[in-house]
Amino acid sequence: MGEFLSSIDYWMFLKAFVIGGLLCVIAQVLIDKTKLTPARILVLYVTVGTILGGLGIYKYLVDFAGCGATVPLTGFGNNLAKGVTEEVAKNGFLGAFIGGIKASAGGITAAIFFGYIASLISKPKMKKQ
Amino acid sequence: MESINTNKEYQKYVDKKSPNSPIFKDCFNAFWVGGLICVIGQIIYDYFIFRGFPQDLTSTIVSISLIFISAFLTAINVFNKIGKFAGAGSLIPITGFANSIISPAMEYKSEGYVMGVGAKMFTVAGPVLVYGISTSVIVGLVYLLFNTQAIMLV
Repeated sequence: MGEFLSSIDYWMFLKAFVIGGLLCVIAQVLIDKTKLTPARILVLYVTVGTILGGLGIYKYLVDFAGCGATVPLTGFGNNLAKGVTEEVAKNGFLGAFIGGIKASAGGITAAIFFGYIASLISKPKMKKQ
Repeated sequence: MESINTNKEYQKYVDKKSPNSPIFKDCFNAFWVGGLICVIGQIIYDYFIFRGFPQDLTSTIVSISLIFISAFLTAINVFNKIGKFAGAGSLIPITGFANSIISPAMEYKSEGYVMGVGAKMFTVAGPVLVYGISTSVIVGLVYLLFNTQAIMLV
């Protein structure tokens, strides 16, 4: 554990904190100022992330901020774009239909599976009206 | 400070003061909670890289770990409290995507396991996947046409 602690790049933590935080602040301003619903914000973020990933721009943010760029939903979009371009380079046309989900399979499956488990174990509670 | 004598003046004063302060507080909370979630992701990432896992696998591990934490906190009704406090700070990280699946799954249990849990899970995540995946297909087709990252064409 000590070896791990001494290997940590603490500067990276700060960059992840600031960039991740700023991405959330942009969304917060959109929520407060434009009355966009959270669902629309999430759709906007994933789409923008995919486009920036496709243009090859987002990877610079990932290189700079690590999880500060990959953990927000724009990073999920970037992951889709990255998977798709890698798969197209390997398999051509078919890759456009395979790469996206392939690259993000872990996250999607985890969310669905854990969500299902959570619904099984949770007690149904009365909705507050 | 100018004195406030009538109700009307008071209302004006409130209007002048109130719109600014909540957004500043909202943004501050969103900033540090969102940043903190990313740092937790970075700690998990660094740990598995240190253990010798390949980079792309480690990214998946980070996503799954954060989604698990989010699922757990949603199941014990803590995530909603964090969400109320942090707003976009817990919405924008992958935790918010996970919560958008898990929360309706729990809430609509009473409507049955197929059309309740199974269908309502995707109320928010469905659109996200539709637009994300559709955009990624277009990205793939454009990449196929030019066989280069589009940025090189500009």
